[in-house]
Amino acid sequence: METLLSVICGLMVAASLYLMLSGNLIRFIFGLVLATNAVNLLIFVAGRLSQTRPPLIDPDAVIPAQPLANALPQALILTAIVIGFALLTFVFILFYRAYQALDTVETELMRVSEPSQGRDAEEGGQAGIDGAHGPGGEGA
Amino acid sequence: MSWLVVLPVIVPFAVAAVTLCLRNHLRLQGSVAISGALAHFVVCMLLLARVAKTGMVTVQIGSWSAPFGITLAADHFSAILLAVTGILGLSVAAYSRAEIRAGMLAAGYQPLLHILIGGVCGAFLTGDLFNLYVWFEVMLMASFGLLVMGGEKQQLDGGVKYVMINLFATLLFISGIGLLYGMTGTLNMADLHSAVQQVEHKGLLTAVAALFMTAFGIKAGIFPLFFWLPASYHTPPVAVSTIMAGLLTKVGVYALIRMFTLVFIFDIAFTHGILLAAGVLTMIVGVLGTAAFYEFRRILSFHIISQVGYMVLGLALFTPLALTGAVFFLAHNMIVKANLFLISGVCRQKAGSFELGRLGGLYKNHGFITILFFISAFSLAGFPPLSGFWAKFLVIRAGLEAKAYVAAAAAIVVGLLTTYSMTKIWAEAFWKPAPAAESGPEPGLDKQGSGQGDFWLYAPIVVLVALTLAMGLLPGPFVSLAGSAAHELMNPGIYVEAVLGGGR
Repeated sequence: METLLSVICGLMVAASLYLMLSGNLIRFIFGLVLATNAVNLLIFVAGRLSQTRPPLIDPDAVIPAQPLANALPQALILTAIVIGFALLTFVFILFYRAYQALDTVETELMRVSEPSQGRDAEEGGQAGIDGAHGPGGEGA
Repeated sequence: MSWLVVLPVIVPFAVAAVTLCLRNHLRLQGSVAISGALAHFVVCMLLLARVAKTGMVTVQIGSWSAPFGITLAADHFSAILLAVTGILGLSVAAYSRAEIRAGMLAAGYQPLLHILIGGVCGAFLTGDLFNLYVWFEVMLMASFGLLVMGGEKQQLDGGVKYVMINLFATLLFISGIGLLYGMTGTLNMADLHSAVQQVEHKGLLTAVAALFMTAFGIKAGIFPLFFWLPASYHTPPVAVSTIMAGLLTKVGVYALIRMFTLVFIFDIAFTHGILLAAGVLTMIVGVLGTAAFYEFRRILSFHIISQVGYMVLGLALFTPLALTGAVFFLAHNMIVKANLFLISGVCRQKAGSFELGRLGGLYKNHGFITILFFISAFSLAGFPPLSGFWAKFLVIRAGLEAKAYVAAAAAIVVGLLTTYSMTKIWAEAFWKPAPAAESGPEPGLDKQGSGQGDFWLYAPIVVLVALTLAMGLLPGPFVSLAGSAAHELMNPGIYVEAVLGGGR
C-alpha cells in the first residue's frame, strides 16, 4: 500500500511540475493544487500507514492501549490543508487581477516589472525569462 | 515561563489586531502603529539584554515539555536578529508615516506590516520545524498582501512571480518536513539534532537536507534560485520594499544557518561544500547583475543577492570565526540595506524618479541626504571604519584561515565591484547635474513637502546611519555578541541542553 501511494505521489508531483513549468497562469494554478495534494499525501505516507486503533484513551485507563495509530501526521496535513487553501484563494484572486491588469496569462509576456532598459535590454530580458522557469526546474 | 521570549511575537500581533479595528480612524491608527513598533523594539532589546546576560532562554508553550510541545528558544543568534528586526520595524513604521497614502492605510497596510514583523519574529524564535513552516506562511501571506497592495500593473506582475516561486519553495519545505518526520519521528529542532544521528540511511537524509537547502535557498535568494527577487522587490512602495529587503531574505538565511548548524551536520563535506560553491557564485552573480541596471532599487535588489552570498559563505566555512562573520554580516546588512532602500525613497521624493538617468544634482540640492547615502553606500561596499568593513573582514579572514583562498579572493573582488556600482549611483544620482526637468515628476508621486513629512522621512535614516557608524567605530561589543552567537551555533549541545533540559 505504501509503495502504491508513493508511486502515485511521485506521479502527482511530476504532473504538477509539468503544469507549473508550462508558462501559463491557469495551468500553474492546477499544478499548484496538484502539488499541494501530493505533498499532503507524502506526509501521510511518510507517517506510516497502519491498521490499528485510534489514539484514544479508555475512560478508566491512564495510557492508551497499544498499538495505536500516530495522529500527528494527520494533524500536520490538516494544518497544511488549511494554509494551502488560504494561499490558493489568494493566488486565484491575484492571478485574476493580474490577468485584468496585464491582459495575458502567458508568463513569457509578463514583462511590466522588468522592462528592458535600453542599455541593458538583453541582460534584463534574460534574467526575467529565467525567473519564470529556472528555479522551478532547479527544485525538481 | 519567561514572557520576554513570547512578547516579540505577541506585541506585533496585538498591534495588528488593534490597527485593524481602527482602520476607519487613520490618525489614531497611525499613533497606535508607531507606538506598537516602539514597544516591539523595546521588548526585543530587553530580550537581547537578557540573553546576553544569562544565556539562552526557552519557553515551552502551554507547559508541554519538549519535544512534545512547541518550544520558543532565544539564543544569541535569534536575539541579535530580533533586536535588528525591532529596529527595522520601528524605522519602517516611522518612514511609512511619510510615505504611505490614505488609500493604502484604509486597505489595511498597518495590520499587514505588523503581521509581517510578528511572523519574522516567530520564525526567529521557534524551536519546532513545523512551527517554522507556519511562521513562514504567516510572513509570506503578509508579504503577498503588502507587495500587491495598491494594485499597480508593475506590482501585480512582480507579485505573480514572487508568489509563484515562494509557494513552490514552501511546498519543498513542507515535503522535507514530512520526510524528516517519517525518518526521525520528531520535529523539535533540538530533538532532531540527536535523532538525525540515529538514522540508518544517511544518503536519504542528505536528500532531505537538499530539499531544505533548496527551499531556504529560494527564500534567501542564493544562486541559482534568486531570479524572483529582482523581479519583485522594486515594485511596491519604498517602505514595503525596505521591510522585505531588510527582513525576508534574511529569514531564509537564518533558517539555513539554523538547520545546517543544528540538524544537518552529519555530512559537512557534502552539504557545506554545496553551500560554499553556492555562496561564492551568489556573491559574484549578484554583484555582476547590478552592472546591467540603471534603476536605484533594482541595483539594490541585486546587491541583496550578492550580500546573501557572504552570509552563506560564512555558514559554509563552518568555523567559529566564519559564523561570527556571518552573524555580524547579517545584522550589518539588514541595517544598511534597509537604509539604502529608505534613501532611494527620499531621492525619489526629492528628485522625482528611481531611474538614475532621470536623477541628478542631489549633491548640490540636498546635501544632507547625500552624506547619509555616502555613509551607507560605503558601509555596504566595506570601507573602514564602517560596519561593512568588519563584516567583510571577519568573513574573508575566516576564509583565509580555512584555506578557502578562492572564496576569500572572490569576497574581496566582489567588495570592489560593490564599490563600482555604488559609485555608479553616486555619479549618476548625486554628482551629475540635474537633467532638464522637461518631463516633471513621475505620475503617482505625491509631493509631501511639509516639515512634518520630512521629519519622518529622515529620522529613521539618520538613526540607521548612526547605527552603522557605531558598529564600525566601536565594533567590540557587536563582534563579541556575534562571537557568542557563533559559539552557540558551533556547539549545538548548548541549544539541545537548553531546550530539552536535564530530563534526557
